[in-house]
Amino acid sequence: MEALMNWLEAQLADNSIFTLQTLSYYGQGLSTTVQLVFLSLIIGLVLAVPLAIGRGSKHAWLRLPIFFYCYVFRGTPLLVQLYLIYYGVVFVEGIQETWLWVILEKPFVPALIAFTLNTAAYTTEIFRGAIKATPRGEIEAARAYGMSWGLMMRRIVLPSAFRRALPAYGNEVIFMLHASAIASVVTIMDLTGAARFVYARFYAPFDAFLFVAAIYLCLTFAILYLFRYLEKRLLAHLKPASG
Amino acid sequence: MIDLHGYGPRLLEGALITIELGILSLILAVLLGLLTASAKMSRSWLLHRLGTLYTTIIRGVPDLVLMMLLFFGGQIGINQITDWLYVQFDIDIFINVNEFVAGVVTIGLIFGAYMGETFRGAFMAVDSGQIEAGRAYGMSHWLVFRRIRFPQMMRHALPGLSNNWMVLLKTTALVSVIGLSDMVRVAAEASKATREPFTFMIIVAAIYLLIASVSEWGFARLQKRYDVGYGEAD
Repeated sequence: MEALMNWLEAQLADNSIFTLQTLSYYGQGLSTTVQLVFLSLIIGLVLAVPLAIGRGSKHAWLRLPIFFYCYVFRGTPLLVQLYLIYYGVVFVEGIQETWLWVILEKPFVPALIAFTLNTAAYTTEIFRGAIKATPRGEIEAARAYGMSWGLMMRRIVLPSAFRRALPAYGNEVIFMLHASAIASVVTIMDLTGAARFVYARFYAPFDAFLFVAAIYLCLTFAILYLFRYLEKRLLAHLKPASG
Repeated sequence: MIDLHGYGPRLLEGALITIELGILSLILAVLLGLLTASAKMSRSWLLHRLGTLYTTIIRGVPDLVLMMLLFFGGQIGINQITDWLYVQFDIDIFINVNEFVAGVVTIGLIFGAYMGETFRGAFMAVDSGQIEAGRAYGMSHWLVFRRIRFPQMMRHALPGLSNNWMVLLKTTALVSVIGLSDMVRVAAEASKATREPFTFMIIVAAIYLLIASVSEWGFARLQKRYDVGYGEAD
């Protein structure tokens, strides 16, 4: 590790912008971006499953509010949602006296809430489409076996719906990675935030932003290949028989 | 009634900027998309590679990063070119990058890549017999494009086009970050000044939903127009 750092320092010796200092900003930014994206995706996924089931419910009192939530969060810019939550949270009556303020004071949590609500809305729609596409025969077979609704959902509908949703969900993950750049607007030092800092410090837009663009490109490709691998593993049975 | 603290007119101006920006960048994106689709389908190896490079890079990098790169870097880049022209050829020009133009160019450039993919798929969905028939009638390439390929391609492209437009509309919000006074920026300023973020942000959200709903209706009508002759089935 020591040797590696020395080597890196020697490599960067005659570079005035990319010093170890600025690279560490990018490193911290990368970690913030990954945390933000990963956490919001996981929480959004957990929220989206019951929402997607409710979205297809027979009862209007359950279906309509979820429809409205998805419509609003998919129809407005993430930036507006982020501003609403980031600026709005301060004005909730008496919140500054409670323990919640300790975590809400930093921009990370409001941003996480906004991103989670946004991705949950998109993921709900993806899952709803996948659940709706369940072949009728599978449901009839489950019924014929005397499965209860819960058992049928758990054993038949959801597992196959998850698989069908995989390609669309991969796009959503990439979309979320790109959307997370918006976090830099509310002073979060994510990857884009680090690039903006380096740009402002050295007035070198090409170096600062091209470097960060390359990092995002690598992350995008990594996600792309991960999902391609998953699809190959999980959707193997849907491939047309070869030979 | 909702008290806008005198921000009403500015909010309206911001909404107009959002709409203008959206429509102008949509036009640019459609033109770039058609070019990209042609490049990617062309027999030329170089054009194909260039088209692929463009769509891959644009779709792999966040919109905001591209916007900052082009906006902050664009001025410096242009200055360097004009400086070089001055030193080399004694041509003295000064080009100032206007935020609005930068916004249109960036968003157009980003969505040109997405449109390119949409159009490529749609062009390939046009039955090649149709094109052959057009050629057999002695139509020129351009006439075949205008009368046969384009109208039939649009039928397949419209759903993707409408999707791209919805995403583009929401992306226009990002120009507020590079300093353009669209409605999001006005609302953010008003929120800070009046300490009433909910009022302003909810109004802005409602305007976005309104624009989206109106355009959804418009696209449905267009789809009907381009579906003429295909019946109701699909």
